[in-house]
Amino acid sequence: MDSKEAMSDLQQLAADLLTRAKKRGATEADVVVADGDTFSVQVRLSAVDRLTKAREKRLGLRVFIGKRSATASASDFSDESLDRLVADTCALAAAVAADEVSGLPDAPAMAKNLPDLDLYDPTVLSTDAQIELAKRAEAAAMAMDQRITNSEGADFNSASGRVVLGNSHGFLGDYRSSTFSVSVSPVATDAGSGGMQRESWYAVQRKYAKLDSPESVGQEAARRTIRRLGARKVPTTKAPVVFDQEMAGSLLSHLCSAVSGYALYKGASFLIGQLGQKLAPDFVTLYDDGRMPGGLGARPFDGEGLPTRKTTVMDQGRLASYLLDSYSGRKLGLASTGNASRGVGESPSVGPSNFYLVPGSKSPEDIIGSVKNGIYVTELIGFGVNMVTGDYSRGAAGFWIENGELAYPVEEITIAGNLKRMFADIELIGNDLEFRGRIASPTVKIGEMMIAGN
Amino acid sequence: MPSTQEVELAQFGLSEPDIRRALGTIKVRDVDYADLYFESRVSESVSMEEGIVKRVAKSVSQGVGVRATAGEKTGFAYSDELSAKDLALAAETARYIANSPQGAQSLPVAGRTKPARDLYPADRPVTDIATAERVQLLNLIDAEARRYDPRIVNVMASFNMEYKRVLVATTEGLLIGDVQPLTRLQVTCIAEEKGNRQIGSFGGGGRVGFTYYQEENRYAHYAREAARQAILNLSAVEAPAGVMPVVLAGGWPGILLHEAIGHGLEADFNRRKTSAFSNLLGKRVASDVCTIVDDGTIPFRRGSLNMDDEGTPTGKTVLIEKGVLRGYITDRLNARLMGIPLTGNGRRESFQSVPLPRMTNTFMLAGESEPQDILRSVKRGLYAVSFGGGQVDITNGKFVFSASEAYLIEDGKVTKPVKGATLIGSGPDILTKVSMVGHDLKLDEGIGTCGKDGQSVPVGVGLPTIRIDEITVGGTNG
Repeated sequence: MDSKEAMSDLQQLAADLLTRAKKRGATEADVVVADGDTFSVQVRLSAVDRLTKAREKRLGLRVFIGKRSATASASDFSDESLDRLVADTCALAAAVAADEVSGLPDAPAMAKNLPDLDLYDPTVLSTDAQIELAKRAEAAAMAMDQRITNSEGADFNSASGRVVLGNSHGFLGDYRSSTFSVSVSPVATDAGSGGMQRESWYAVQRKYAKLDSPESVGQEAARRTIRRLGARKVPTTKAPVVFDQEMAGSLLSHLCSAVSGYALYKGASFLIGQLGQKLAPDFVTLYDDGRMPGGLGARPFDGEGLPTRKTTVMDQGRLASYLLDSYSGRKLGLASTGNASRGVGESPSVGPSNFYLVPGSKSPEDIIGSVKNGIYVTELIGFGVNMVTGDYSRGAAGFWIENGELAYPVEEITIAGNLKRMFADIELIGNDLEFRGRIASPTVKIGEMMIAGN
Repeated sequence: MPSTQEVELAQFGLSEPDIRRALGTIKVRDVDYADLYFESRVSESVSMEEGIVKRVAKSVSQGVGVRATAGEKTGFAYSDELSAKDLALAAETARYIANSPQGAQSLPVAGRTKPARDLYPADRPVTDIATAERVQLLNLIDAEARRYDPRIVNVMASFNMEYKRVLVATTEGLLIGDVQPLTRLQVTCIAEEKGNRQIGSFGGGGRVGFTYYQEENRYAHYAREAARQAILNLSAVEAPAGVMPVVLAGGWPGILLHEAIGHGLEADFNRRKTSAFSNLLGKRVASDVCTIVDDGTIPFRRGSLNMDDEGTPTGKTVLIEKGVLRGYITDRLNARLMGIPLTGNGRRESFQSVPLPRMTNTFMLAGESEPQDILRSVKRGLYAVSFGGGQVDITNGKFVFSASEAYLIEDGKVTKPVKGATLIGSGPDILTKVSMVGHDLKLDEGIGTCGKDGQSVPVGVGLPTIRIDEITVGGTNG
């Protein structure tokens, strides 16, 4: 099928739905239509464990009748189904309360130039080729060390899809995107105790050619698994905590939630009223870049059709901007930052695009080297984060640092503090920024946290 | 009049010959088993914040998941189109894993059957409730929570309902359907006093209709509980850090069992020998006061099902009996490969995902201790009443769960409320430290959702008051 023609089919559908909504009494409306193909293979111990293939499509409609609004979605694109969808959505909207700040973004603000952000790779891999890639990744992990004794498997996934967004201001935009990913989860056994550890490693890219080799992903997964063998608890103490890239990224994700306009206007964020305040040292600068070429969170327009952009969220330690869509922006008396995030059939919320901490100059080894006694955290589990207060308490695993070196692996401990104080207490930022998702961070050292163990 | 329990092929626009042909296409030489899972789902949510009901969303979806298994291999495809042509294409994909020549048989399927019991009978679909009624209920909640205390500055509440019809057809001749209603009411309050801001949440639900929330004024109870927790947290002190005795209250703290042992006893991890519980069948993994079951057959519960998503009737499985590990929970694939009984725990999030062994309602049976005696037995420790989420690393057995309402125990008395803290322990070890079990078994209110392999399914938990002699508490006060 010619892609251009197919794309206009979805656009036609969006336009058609907007017309139907208007006929049913909607004063404003917007439509999201998405379709795509997904493929995933999991191999385990060199054999195919699971193979999944699908083609999906879905559309969502949001209508406004005056200041009342409702959303609905369906996967059946038949005429009858669309009619019912429009009727249902309008009926629902009539039943809820009027919300004075509701509505589409202002018409002049809609995205006009939609840049090609290099999000789509037309590469189609055969089923057998993808199985082979997963097998190679797992084989590399298994061959790495005798202590790798088992495997939870290796995955290869590929997906591509289109998104069309249209609204009653006349905006009609679309883009294509793709992702390719590989992940491996080896299991290592401690010959002495019989204790097992599992870790995983992964790579994900919009372009197949940019994906790390399956061998390097498998080897890294094995290295991360083996080093956890023999982990033990440590005594309860206060000490510096070094977060590796992935775990530092989880701290950024909490910050993202706290600067989301929705959390702020609801009173559910520990950063209420902090705009313009100094929250971290001068060397802490954070960006959210919706137009980073090839970025996993990049897109030409946001979930409301507003242009995406690069926003400085924290400027040399000062909170410079919240992340907003038009609704939460209006609630706070601010303009949208182009961060409307939206699942098909949901009303917009706020999400990061490519959110990252600007790297510093120290290598991770230098940062670990700066710690006399402390912990290097490589895994966090649980949900012990209170966004209203910033109180933080999570299960952790990693390595005890003694005199600047990783001494032994640690597990079954918690680290606790308060996010606001943790950001103020950032002492060092690594030079190792890598994008492996929408949120990315270099290694980060925090001055002191409570570690609970024995 | 047909009961709402009956699900027919015609509702999916298909006939029995279509099913027989699709199954025949998949069941080639090396395929051991194949199934088709048809699903139609309508869900609706209404939510309120800042005193007005401003959001309402409806979602309608339907589709079919087509699966074939050959040895340990699973081939899976799904489609949101239900035509015979789409079914055949999905079947082609699913049988790819068998590497066998194309089949062309027509397999027999039984006449339509329905589960032998109905654990959640309803005289009409749960979604058949006027939006206005739900809007009114949320408004009442807002008023109730604000009336509780003037320091409540915001109330957020949502009511979700889902009406799911499923039909399973298998190469073993089974053709069986179920109607699965599910509703949930959730309230969150924010309290503020002199710049100190705190949150409290409460909710409940199950495979019940809208009137459940009006009976016994449950909605008002949820509102007051959420408000009470938020207000209580205004005076919470720092939680202690370190190893100490912990008393868990009954009900939702049963999430301990779900994380600490439940996941570790799912058959897939044990077949692959990647669970910390692998090879522990028949061994002692808990103190002898602990008996733990997974029971999918309790009427109207959130985790209950008439049949699992492979058409197997759900059951009551003893996982741990007086401290000894007795059984795993299974789906078809793992039960067959391990040669162990099918327990009716093959569950899937939707037609877009494959069935996995999953929990239903997991709880510890009542013991004999007086709850007050359990508290009195602790000199210095933590009394945890309510929890947020939890997580487990299956392979090393380490699990966490985070308290959202907890108190210090000092000299056998419950004293100051403490801030939320994460508790961390080791699954195969923690239940050996349970020294007292109360006679007050309580199931949770019906809010649990369990995630595994990217799939979410509704579950229940339950617990009597128990004493754990030592567990690491992750507070900030060392």
